Amino acid sequence: MHEMGIVLHLAKTLDQTAAEEKLSRISKVTLQVGEVSGIITDLFVDAWNYFKPRHPVLADSELVLEEIPAVTWCDSCKSKYETVRYGRTCPYCGSGETWLLQGNECVIKEIEAE
Amino acid sequence: MKIIKLGEKITAANDREAEALRQRLKEKGILLINLMSAAGSGKTTLLSRIIKDMKETRIGVMEADIASDVDAVRIEALGARAIQVHTNGMCHMDAGMTAEAVDALGDDELDLIFLENVGNLICPAEYDTGAGKKLMILSVPEGDDKPLKYPLMFMESDALVISKMDAREFFPFDMEAFTDRVRILNPDIKIFPVSAKTGEGMEALEGWLSEALEEWRS
Ligand SMILES: Nc1nc2c(ncn2[C@@H]2O[C@H](COP(=O)(O)OP(=O)(O)OP(=O)(O)O)[C@@H](O)[C@H]2O)c(=O)[nH]1
Ligand SMILES: [Mg+2]
Ligand SMILES: [Zn+2]
Repeated sequence: MHEMGIVLHLAKTLDQTAAEEKLSRISKVTLQVGEVSGIITDLFVDAWNYFKPRHPVLADSELVLEEIPAVTWCDSCKSKYETVRYGRTCPYCGSGETWLLQGNECVIKEIEAE
Repeated sequence: MKIIKLGEKITAANDREAEALRQRLKEKGILLINLMSAAGSGKTTLLSRIIKDMKETRIGVMEADIASDVDAVRIEALGARAIQVHTNGMCHMDAGMTAEAVDALGDDELDLIFLENVGNLICPAEYDTGAGKKLMILSVPEGDDKPLKYPLMFMESDALVISKMDAREFFPFDMEAFTDRVRILNPDIKIFPVSAKTGEGMEALEGWLSEALEEWRS
């Protein structure tokens, strides 16, 4: 399962951060997840709950997911539009020369720790 | 209690491991190529052909699969050095697994190492394995709409092989529409239409591999 792999890498990155910053306990992890990052929130939370007890610093850590809306930029008419609603084709000029500006990221925004 | 602002990618630890592996291989003059495609696009068949054609290049192959061993057996039968890596259910290879696989294969007396990634058009593109180049395959039977559905691998790859060109007449594959879709995602990608069965297009691809190796070592 895809989400399993992502959480595995998240846990690894957090373990490393904890070691570097000499943290004993991470009580809260806030992630920013893009609307079109392909991450299914429910599966992600299931995977998180599975991995948590296996990483001592994360044992009672709370996970917060913040969604970042997906926005596409049209190169032809220089406008922005909602990616999920219109896809790759610009609703203003019909061009396909469009680029995702934001919305596929998956970033660890901050952690609360001691 | 303190709040630490990270703004770091989830895969930050993986990315650091990948960079370390890339540097290690660069110092040894070995080019690691991450070969990615959907299941059955012709990765093992293409590698077999490359091994037969590029006799003067010392090639090692790491076959990643969720569970089976058949691909490594096919490569070893050609006399190339090969190992099988099991991902134990994971749908992709990451840098840690790749570094372990390189150790198991042995990195002495090799020029090129191919990592045949798990057959999957989505997840492998999301993880840096530490490879110096990324090569992907899209086979004609899969259809010309794949860049629209699965853009990331097309965006991430240095080169794209369009495989099974010998079967083109049997499938409604619009080559022009396909390459346009790919170039919108990745203007710099090199595209090689190939048939591993007839040998069509193999020379151009193998030329690119030799150049990439030379460039890696300079
Ligand atoms: N006609 C034709 N068939 C091909 C070509 N290349 C591969 N095939 C066939 O496609 C099938 C899959 O090829 P493989 O090389 O095993 O594909 P793969 O990507 O390694 O598959 P997985 O490792 O399972 O993901 C086999 O039946 C091959 O004989 C080609 O150039 N032309
Ligand atoms: Mg194979
Ligand atoms: Zn427009």
